[in-house]
Amino acid sequence: MGEIKLMKGNEALAEAMIRAGCDAYFGYPITPQSEVLEYLSKDATQRTGMVVLQAESEVAAINMIYGAAACGRRVMTTSSSPGISLMQEGLSYIASAELPCVLTNVVRGGPGLGTIQPSQADYFQAVKGGGHGDYRLIVLAPSSVQEMVDFVRLSFDLAEKYRNPVMILADGAIGQMMEKVELFDQMPRKTEFPDWATTGKPKDKERRYITSLHIQPEKMEEINKHLQAKYKQIEKDEVRYEAFNLDDAEYILTGYGLGARICRKAMDILREKGYKVGLIRPITLFPFPKKVYKEVADKVKGILDVEMNSGQMVEDVKLSVCGKTRVEYYGRMGGMIPSPEEIVENFEKLFIKGEA
Amino acid sequence: MSNNIETAKFRPEICTDENLVYRKPSTLLPEPFHYCPGCGHSTVHKIFMEVVEEMGIENEIIGVAPVGCSVFAYHYMGVDMQQAAHGRACAVATGIKRVQPDKYVFSYQGDGDLAAIGTGETIHAANRGENILVIFINNGIYGMTSGQMAPTTLEGMVSTTSPHGRDVKTQGYPLKMSEFIAPLPGVAYVTRQSVHKPANVRKAKKALRQALEYQKQGLGFCLVEIVTNCPSNWRMTPAQANQYIEEKMLAFYKLGDIKVPEVK
Repeated sequence: MGEIKLMKGNEALAEAMIRAGCDAYFGYPITPQSEVLEYLSKDATQRTGMVVLQAESEVAAINMIYGAAACGRRVMTTSSSPGISLMQEGLSYIASAELPCVLTNVVRGGPGLGTIQPSQADYFQAVKGGGHGDYRLIVLAPSSVQEMVDFVRLSFDLAEKYRNPVMILADGAIGQMMEKVELFDQMPRKTEFPDWATTGKPKDKERRYITSLHIQPEKMEEINKHLQAKYKQIEKDEVRYEAFNLDDAEYILTGYGLGARICRKAMDILREKGYKVGLIRPITLFPFPKKVYKEVADKVKGILDVEMNSGQMVEDVKLSVCGKTRVEYYGRMGGMIPSPEEIVENFEKLFIKGEA
Repeated sequence: MSNNIETAKFRPEICTDENLVYRKPSTLLPEPFHYCPGCGHSTVHKIFMEVVEEMGIENEIIGVAPVGCSVFAYHYMGVDMQQAAHGRACAVATGIKRVQPDKYVFSYQGDGDLAAIGTGETIHAANRGENILVIFINNGIYGMTSGQMAPTTLEGMVSTTSPHGRDVKTQGYPLKMSEFIAPLPGVAYVTRQSVHKPANVRKAKKALRQALEYQKQGLGFCLVEIVTNCPSNWRMTPAQANQYIEEKMLAFYKLGDIKVPEVK
């Protein structure tokens, strides 16, 4: 059993970062995730020697990540929606140069400066690329403070396994709320670095260089093919999801992160009312758990997708079921959180009373 | 390189150490430069790699080449290198140096990169006193995109986006970045050099060496600005371009040390 603590999501994430042997954190304050930088500024450097630096902007932070990741270090940044938008150029370069790193988006309501309240409006940006060019992040969606801890370590492992940036797509509620967490023990920081890392030209070996520039289109196409093959492999091997009550389900609720937690409560209410409702909660948003949706599509009367946005993941659900069952969406936007009762009401409206 | 090999084949008796007057540094890769004839980049690449060779630090140095003509610097400089996004070299260099404080770190940036799109990163890296060397190539023009106005383009100077000459009333004034950042407390050393004449090449090389020595001592941010040319986009022959440096560029961008560390 690891150490048990009552912690705020953002602070638990920061604590997990220190314990995962992170070498450097570069970040910039933005609500609702500023506690990460504040927590790390207290004593992370004294504890493990890790670098903690407040950058002058998110643009600078993500490029500091690029530089340090290219030295083979475990590096991480966090931000919230507007700040993550500013990081997109850097992320595209990082994906192209295949640098492992972890970033967390504690999503707030948008568009624009929007609101500091929780939202899931950045699904498309996280899952479909975000910056320019054909690339993917591995995207993990925590639905509890415990997962803010667990996904940090998992993210570093996945980032290093695939040399790919990994995003933890949280939201303002997960970042701000307090829950009981079990922490893993302190891991040592790395002392050996991969061959590709720019740690100074090794004696009697070729020097290394990290780049995303390949002027010859034939070469750039090769790079693209290589990246796409990697993403295919990730889709094959790294899908993670949770499912409840699929065996007898006639209807499915689906959502991720905080939305999935609210759906669990809604599912319980609906079951009490006598409806056979199951729940699918994708943990990885890329790779998306297409197969489980495809499998249930033949058996159920409908799927209700619940999101804290205007309906973004619902597109992936629809692509997965390929028209084999009815897929509806219900959600709230701009920092509003749907209640379980609202979900129940809309479920009955859409599927039982037939008011579409 | 190939000439040396040819000579060695036919006249081995003259290929001796005492007869050696010139050779490429071992730190420069055997690639022909893609830079235009007369361009200063090749000269700066060479003298900087000579400095790295002379100091024997080729295994302890990491460089950053951001967008601009010299984004390809990693094709020529035979040390560990990173290509960076436009303007972000000082942030990337910060990331490298912070996780490897015992290594030498440099960035090699043009004027558009350092003084326009990357002004913020440059000023803040300088202000944090990042212990890095920034080599700042100032030729008053955007070379890679074929001759647009740069932040350092002189008043009245013609470019494709100032075809009637830079009008400072509407297009702003040429920016003296070196003078701008020198007063910051985190900045150890700022100097402006050129490579348009052999004597200046020697001085520029000395300045680059000095900056790395300061980095070794942990003194902080060092900026070596090198005023140079762009014959292709200035629409001049190399000789005319070097004449223009002498008469126009250096009249505005004065050569010499702007800040040196205080002797304790």
